[in-house]
Amino acid sequence: MHIIVCISNVPDTTTKVKFSSENTSFDDSGVQWIINPWDELALTRAMELKEDTSNAVSNVTVVTVGPAGAEPTLRKALAIGADDAIRVDSETGDAHFVAAQLASVIKNGEFDVILCGIESSDYNGSAVGGMVSEMLDIPSVSAISGLRIDNGEVLITRDIDGGREEVSVPAPFVGVVQKGIAKEPRIAAMRGIMMARKKPLQVVPVVEAEKLTTYQEYVMPEPKAPCKMIEADNVKELVNLLQNEAKVL
Amino acid sequence: MSVLVYTENWDGKFKKLSYELVSYASAVAGMIGGSVTALSIGNVQQDELSKLGAYGATSVLNVDGAPEGLDNQVYTSIIAAAMEKTGAKVLVMAQNNTGKAIAPRLSVRLKAGLAAGVTALPESANPLVVLKKVFSGKAFAKVKILSDSAVLTLAQNSFEIAETGGSASVESFDPGVDVAGAKTTIKDVQKQEGKLLLSDAEVVISGGRGMKSSDNWGPIEELAEVLEAATACSRPVSDEGWRPHEEHTGQTGKIIAPNLYFAFGISGAIQHLAGVSSSKCIVAVNTDKDAPIFEAADYGIVGDALKVLPELITEIKAARAQ
Repeated sequence: MHIIVCISNVPDTTTKVKFSSENTSFDDSGVQWIINPWDELALTRAMELKEDTSNAVSNVTVVTVGPAGAEPTLRKALAIGADDAIRVDSETGDAHFVAAQLASVIKNGEFDVILCGIESSDYNGSAVGGMVSEMLDIPSVSAISGLRIDNGEVLITRDIDGGREEVSVPAPFVGVVQKGIAKEPRIAAMRGIMMARKKPLQVVPVVEAEKLTTYQEYVMPEPKAPCKMIEADNVKELVNLLQNEAKVL
Repeated sequence: MSVLVYTENWDGKFKKLSYELVSYASAVAGMIGGSVTALSIGNVQQDELSKLGAYGATSVLNVDGAPEGLDNQVYTSIIAAAMEKTGAKVLVMAQNNTGKAIAPRLSVRLKAGLAAGVTALPESANPLVVLKKVFSGKAFAKVKILSDSAVLTLAQNSFEIAETGGSASVESFDPGVDVAGAKTTIKDVQKQEGKLLLSDAEVVISGGRGMKSSDNWGPIEELAEVLEAATACSRPVSDEGWRPHEEHTGQTGKIIAPNLYFAFGISGAIQHLAGVSSSKCIVAVNTDKDAPIFEAADYGIVGDALKVLPELITEIKAARAQ
């Protein structure tokens, strides 16, 4: 079984967000880049599955769409344990454009399980995984919080409103994963970092694809009013404010 | 330029978000010109279906005999068939588990630009430009749709339900989709019966590490009962196994936007705030006066959550009794 994990290269989640060019582009000066947190959980789970040899996972590939500056993030994924990496050499576009690049890579390989994080922490599109599956006309399962292999069959736990389900779909399929898929993201060990330098990282050219949306402008949220503090021995006043000022009780 | 809105139901009743979605779709239709058709899949009775008219739908398409469980391809085909039947140019769905699973597929199928998690009415109708949150709520972006059609998923609790007092005709709709061909096999379902859905709740009571132990959740659950609220928790709490991970709210957990959010013993890490900052009113109780939660909160008490909780329950009961 061959697993491919789609990786988005995103600003560290503690980044102070700034924009430039009259609020039309994200100002990435001084930004630390990381593997999108959900993608990192997907990769962690893929490595866990591969390490249990009874699962017969032969290979874990990681892929990203981005310029050369995204390569340290791919190397980090290799250091965590992926066997090889692919970078589609492109500035990123909208979700449709990125999904088309990934679909093209996946079509040219032989992958049984395609994993994507449920959203990226920068543009929060929740779109790429589902789009890839539709472009490839293969099944997809979203909101996955558990993934295991039993006798060659992939069993998926997904969250539904008010509960969870165990489901299966025939491979190849796209699995869109969220929290719960792995307990903690794996941190690369020194040995992994050394080995990652020698692992194959293939750069493939961009394919033509349509953009269906564009970000026209960014807006910072209005600063909020300061918090109204109430003494700990005056809980009655809090109830009064919630009832009569905020009118939420 | 009509609008199709995909509604969701729970045990045969429409979820609150369905009324939000229809209200939103109706306002969008008002901007771009055209009418609103609502699509319902599953076992919903006629009188429940026609309720959607009061929120601005002029017709309701009802698909009977829904497949067991969600098969993304089957649902995509059903909704695409409804888009074709109505000739709608805009599809409105919820930004929830179902919307996240299907909207991207529909975007590709319909060649319709997807704006995921929109928070307001379009800024302009032609071209269609809509506002959505980016960077987990640290900023907003204006998304311009470049294609003829659009798929908009509405962030929860971001649009007021508006009754227009109209009425809707209900029509049974056969999408001509092979439901038996669904590739998703449902092997097991575990449902929490009778529990208020966290994503649907108007009031949410949440606890963090400051609650000190899973044994101390009694008052949180009691307050939740008094206020008909859902319970939630911060990431360390679900990581410790004090509470189930379904309750984890935050960037990598559930993102919620209730009317009222209580944070007891939650310091308010940026990742937690990303999941709750859209709440209309945030009340924080924490022993540390410098905790970042107070920067996000509207009302705060510096104090021990375990001491404040019982008093709060008493005071709320007293205020309600008046």
